[in-house]
Amino acid sequence: MKQDDISTQGMGYLESLPRRVVTVYLPLGVFLVVLLFPFYWMAVTSFKPNGELLSREGNPFWVIEPTLAHFKKLLFDTPYPEWMLNTVIVSVVSTFASLAASVFAAYAIERLRFRGSKQVGLAIFLAYLVPPSILFIPLATIVFNLGIFDTRWALILTYPTFLIPFCTWLLMGYFRTIPFELEECALIDGATRWQILVKIILPLAVPGLISAGIFAFTLSWNEFIYALTFVSSSEVKTVPVGVITELVEGDVYHWGALMAGALLGSLPVAVMYSFFVEYYVSGMTGAVKE
Amino acid sequence: MQRLLNNRNFLGLLFMLPASALLLIFLTYPLGLGTWLGFTDAKIGRAGVWVGLDNFAFLIGDSVALLSLFNTLFYTVVASIAKFVLGLWLALLLNKHLPFKAFLRAIVLLPFIVPTALSAIAFWWLYDAQFSVLSWTLTKFGLIDRYIDFLGDPWNARLSTIAANIWRGVPFIAICLLAGLQTISPSLYEAAALDGASPWQRFRYVTLPLLTPIIAVVMTFSVLFTFTDFQLIYVLTRGGPLNATHLMATLSFQRAIPGGSLGEGAALATLMIPFLLSAILFSYFGLQRRAWQQGGKD
Repeated sequence: MKQDDISTQGMGYLESLPRRVVTVYLPLGVFLVVLLFPFYWMAVTSFKPNGELLSREGNPFWVIEPTLAHFKKLLFDTPYPEWMLNTVIVSVVSTFASLAASVFAAYAIERLRFRGSKQVGLAIFLAYLVPPSILFIPLATIVFNLGIFDTRWALILTYPTFLIPFCTWLLMGYFRTIPFELEECALIDGATRWQILVKIILPLAVPGLISAGIFAFTLSWNEFIYALTFVSSSEVKTVPVGVITELVEGDVYHWGALMAGALLGSLPVAVMYSFFVEYYVSGMTGAVKE
Repeated sequence: MQRLLNNRNFLGLLFMLPASALLLIFLTYPLGLGTWLGFTDAKIGRAGVWVGLDNFAFLIGDSVALLSLFNTLFYTVVASIAKFVLGLWLALLLNKHLPFKAFLRAIVLLPFIVPTALSAIAFWWLYDAQFSVLSWTLTKFGLIDRYIDFLGDPWNARLSTIAANIWRGVPFIAICLLAGLQTISPSLYEAAALDGASPWQRFRYVTLPLLTPIIAVVMTFSVLFTFTDFQLIYVLTRGGPLNATHLMATLSFQRAIPGGSLGEGAALATLMIPFLLSAILFSYFGLQRRAWQQGGKD
């Protein structure tokens, strides 16, 4: 009996099917239902007409007469498309800027090994641990004094505070896996450091760059507290902040439109993620493993 | 010039310039400024003057601030323990030989990658006092006879926000621990099984020790982000009912931005730092002792 429930891939074949159903498939099914139900509920709600939303009769888990009214309202009667555009601009610009800065920083720390590079590497890691919730108040005064309060620049310049430490840390780990010998050969052949970085290191580091880029993009897409604090006009809001602050006004909540907004706002990251799952997961676990 | 560009110290400095300039202006300086603001009576639109420990003395005597400290600790402890247990369980399940393994792993992570503010709205709708589908289901099964007021009652609200936080955090922990589990060689389990170890013993004496380093890192991140959580609470309850769900982060936002007392908000934010530091140090020393587990020296 003892071998029957050995819980590894290597010995999984020893388990009987009924036992596997109870110990593996059943709990896994419950996990999946709980983890995915809010998304299902989001989607169902966004297609429900208001009458169905607010009735207690019938089965709430299905839509009887699907409608696109909520999406129409969202796209034509609210500044939602503008928020979407802002989120895209802010996320893309801050991601690319952070990635560029991080490549140089990670290369310098990991390969140039200038005096004090170890300490700088540690400082980068510590910077990664500083949470935005303790920075937003002083940052708000800085943003205000710089005269960029309530502009996209406020977000583009502050997002790198959490993107650069993350990307640098990730890329440092990645650069470490590229053999030193390649660089030494290039140096002997008379290449400059710049040529080595552009022609040897970067092409080899493409997977690492994608991981860092995807992760940074989702982080900035999901950012909330800075966008809530540093921006107040509707024209420069991002999707998460716009949905929370402007669609939730008044006593009557427009659940359909809210859910449609949440669904549309989640879609870009979800699509992006589905294309690059492996990179995303390796980025996430890589940053933790180091 | 050419020689200068081949000097590693000069070039290192040059390469570090963009990243360190941004981080110094927008991270290090605000960190110092925030601490300084905590000792001033700054308001929005007015630079403050030094008031010493006044803000901190006020906060210690302020029942709402103390309540927020209690809430934060309760939220962090309960949510972190639950996330760890469920995350480890999910990781162990996903580590088995399963059909569609890659697909399962991909969709499990969805709650983590979707903007928290947006998924929190879905929870808000799930927790609605009148139209909650959770209450609907429970009523149909005859388990309750009145709809649950998820966010209207202090303890219900605390537990509901914790549940939403757990939902969001479990995938992250599970996927990270899964990455750790995959590095453990199956032959270790085979050897243990041949020696007569029970499944529990194999988990306790093989899996757990080998997983400890990664558990320490993952849980540090989890604790840090739970302790400083803002979005979920802001969307679900804004700290209500009766401040029962205010965390230190949401309270400091409320005091500083809508309330205008930058100094007081900054002081509250500064008060979070000792807790964060102790969490980091705890895990750092926890990790150090176990360097041998990663093949390092003892």
